[in-house]
Formats: sequence, C-alpha cells, structure tokens
Amino acid sequence: MNPAPITARIGLLACEVCRLVSRAPSTGDVAHCPRCGAALHTRKPASLVRTWAFLIAAMILYVPANVLPIMDTSSLFGTQNDTILSGIAFLWTSGSYVLAMVVFFASVLVPLLKMIALAILAGSVQMGSVRYRRTRTRLYRLIEFAGRWSMLDIYVVTILVALVQVSTLASIHAGPGAAAFGAVVVLTMFSATSFDPRLIWDTQEEAS
Amino acid sequence: MANNLDTSSVTFVACQECDLLHRHATLPPKGVARCVRCGAFLYRQAPSDSNERALALALTACILFVIANIYPIFGLEVQGTHTSTTLFGAVESLWDDNSRAVATLVFFTTIFVPAAELIGLTWVLVVLRSGSQGWGAVPILHFIERVKPWGMVEVFLLGVLVSLVKLAHIAIIEPGMALFTFGALMVFIAASAASFDADAAWVQLEAVN
Ligand SMILES: [Zn+2]
Ligand SMILES: [Zn+2]
Repeated sequence: MNPAPITARIGLLACEVCRLVSRAPSTGDVAHCPRCGAALHTRKPASLVRTWAFLIAAMILYVPANVLPIMDTSSLFGTQNDTILSGIAFLWTSGSYVLAMVVFFASVLVPLLKMIALAILAGSVQMGSVRYRRTRTRLYRLIEFAGRWSMLDIYVVTILVALVQVSTLASIHAGPGAAAFGAVVVLTMFSATSFDPRLIWDTQEEAS
Repeated sequence: MANNLDTSSVTFVACQECDLLHRHATLPPKGVARCVRCGAFLYRQAPSDSNERALALALTACILFVIANIYPIFGLEVQGTHTSTTLFGAVESLWDDNSRAVATLVFFTTIFVPAAELIGLTWVLVVLRSGSQGWGAVPILHFIERVKPWGMVEVFLLGVLVSLVKLAHIAIIEPGMALFTFGALMVFIAASAASFDADAAWVQLEAVN
C-alpha cells in the first residue's frame, strides 16, 4: 500500500474552521484560509506542550477539588462541609442509587479517566508510538465528548446555594472545592482542544 | 486566488482527525462519508432544505431560551417559607456569595454560550436565506465553532434533576415553568445544530462574497 497522502507533504493545508483544502503559500508567511480567513496550520501550534501544561495544572487541582468542601451547609444542627465524595455518599445512603452513580461517573470517574486518557494520548505521541492508532483516535473523540459532563456538580451547587441560602432552616455556600473543581473541568477541556489528533497518525509515515 | 486549489474539477476533503486526504464524492441522500483510515466523520449529503429546517428550529429555541430564563426553574417550600429561583438568579446568588469564579463559569456555560450560539446561528441562517452579502456571517461562524464545546444546557438540566432529588428530602418541591422549557430547549438546540449544513453554508458564503 502506498503511504497515505498527508496534506502537509504535498503542500496543502486544511482549514480547521470551514475545512477547505488549499495550497500552502510558498513563502514563510502565516497562511490564511482563502475562503473564511482563518489562520491555517499544518498542525495545531505547540500542541503537545499546551496539552501537557493544561493537563498537569488540572491534575494538581484535582486534589483540592476532591478534598476541599464543594459546599458548606449551616443549619440549626450545626455546620456540615460536603466534598464531592460525601455528596455521593449522601445520595447513596438516602436511596438514590441511580443519581449517586450518575454523580460519581460525572464528577469523579469522567475527569479522572479524561486526565489518564490525555496523558496516554500525549505520551504515546511523544514516544512516536505506531500502535492502536485507530483506538487512540476513538479515545480522543470520546474524551472530547464526555468532558463537559463533569460540570454537573457545579450546577447542583449553584441551584442549592440559590434556593436554600434565603431559607430559615439552613444556609448553603459554595466551598473552595467548587472553584477548584470548575478549574479542573475548564483545564481538561483546554487540554483536550490543544491536542491535535493528527499527530497520532504522523508517526506512521515516519515508520514506513 | 493563486493559492486556491482548483475546486471546479476535483474537491478534496482532509480528515480532521488523521489528515488523510479524500476525494469528495457525491453521496446518496442522507449519506455520510467517513474517513477510511480512522473512521472520523468527513461530510454528509444533507437534505436541500436542511438549513430552512435549522432556521425554524433555531428560532423556536430562541423563544424557549427567553422563557427558560424568565421563569423560575422550581420553587421550594420549607416550613411555610417559599423560595424559587431563575437561572440568572442562581448565578447572582453565587456572585453575591463571593463565589465569583464559579458564578462566571455557570453564566458562561449555561447563559452566554447557548445564547450566543443560538442568536449567531439564527443570524447566519437568515443571511443565507436572503442570499445577501452576508454581513458578519463568517466571523460569527468562526465564533460559534470556537465556543460550541462550552454550551452545557443538557448538563445543567441533569444538575437540576440531581438538586431536585437532594432537596426532596428537606422540602416540598414545585416544578417551575422553566424546568420543562429547559428540557425542550436542550432538544431544540441539538436539533438545529444537527440540521445545520455547514458545508453548504460555506459554499454559499464563498459564492456571495
Ligand atoms: Zn476556512
Ligand atoms: Zn481520518
């Protein structure tokens, strides 16, 4: 089989916005899409460095996001600090098994798996791996889609704060864990969008 | 124009996920072309009226968006005290509670991005329909492309349901008008985005300009 044509090899550039394929300029200028004017790159600029930077920041913040309280409740019965995990435990013990699982998946498992997956993707590209390329591309597609669901607990806190704050029984405030958690979601999303899945396939041409 | 590939005879499509170059072929109605190497979506044969449909769906979603943001999501009764909140009211409480970063994040993902996406898409579709010069259509499409992953109405709706269950133990819940409207909004945003034929839009915009 012939090596697959790679746009950059034959002097073509694909627009990331409107997807028009056009000829790359012969000069060293920054190329712009002739149809929509977007800047054209052979690959996303500094893809791996940016992916790692956002990913490492997210991994660091994942610790306070899970350890610090996401919500402080004060009532007649005293003060209670809820972390993400204790919130899940509450749902579970009160019989809402399905919701406990949903929150566990969205808040704990998805961000964790997403960070592991991004590390695998960036690491394997860095090492020039040619194995499981199709699976790795599929993994990238999956984490791009799934990451947003981690925002779930932030919305729960938002609604609880708004509704319960004014009531006479209790008052609820967002804890420092909420900001850390939001930052984890944002950083993993930035990390995923910085990664260029085409890098996974660039290794094939070098190997053959 | 010298940089332009000769698009009159052969059109190329580059896979966005692996960069394999494909020849653009005519597909059967509703057909979808996928990358032969990595399986990524390449392009599809959308029905000719798909942008008309996208416009109708987007306009409906705009109306639903307004309703969803005016009315309370749900109300709560604890020992005779009644409280209710709208989405924006919830963002405001967070802001006043000194959780400004979180408030900004919620505002951005549940109000700003969905609104910008809807208004932008509606505007582009109106421009395309009128066949005019297309003021702002290109930058708006760039903007939509960039902010799209940050619109999280469906995640928000699930968050509302989780809060409902949590609160059901301590209070009487009265579902509000906006709760159901958010459900419908989620469906209409997804449907209008799915109907939008971006390839046809770009071709038409290129022809006009
Ligand atoms: Zn373009
Ligand atoms: Zn591909």
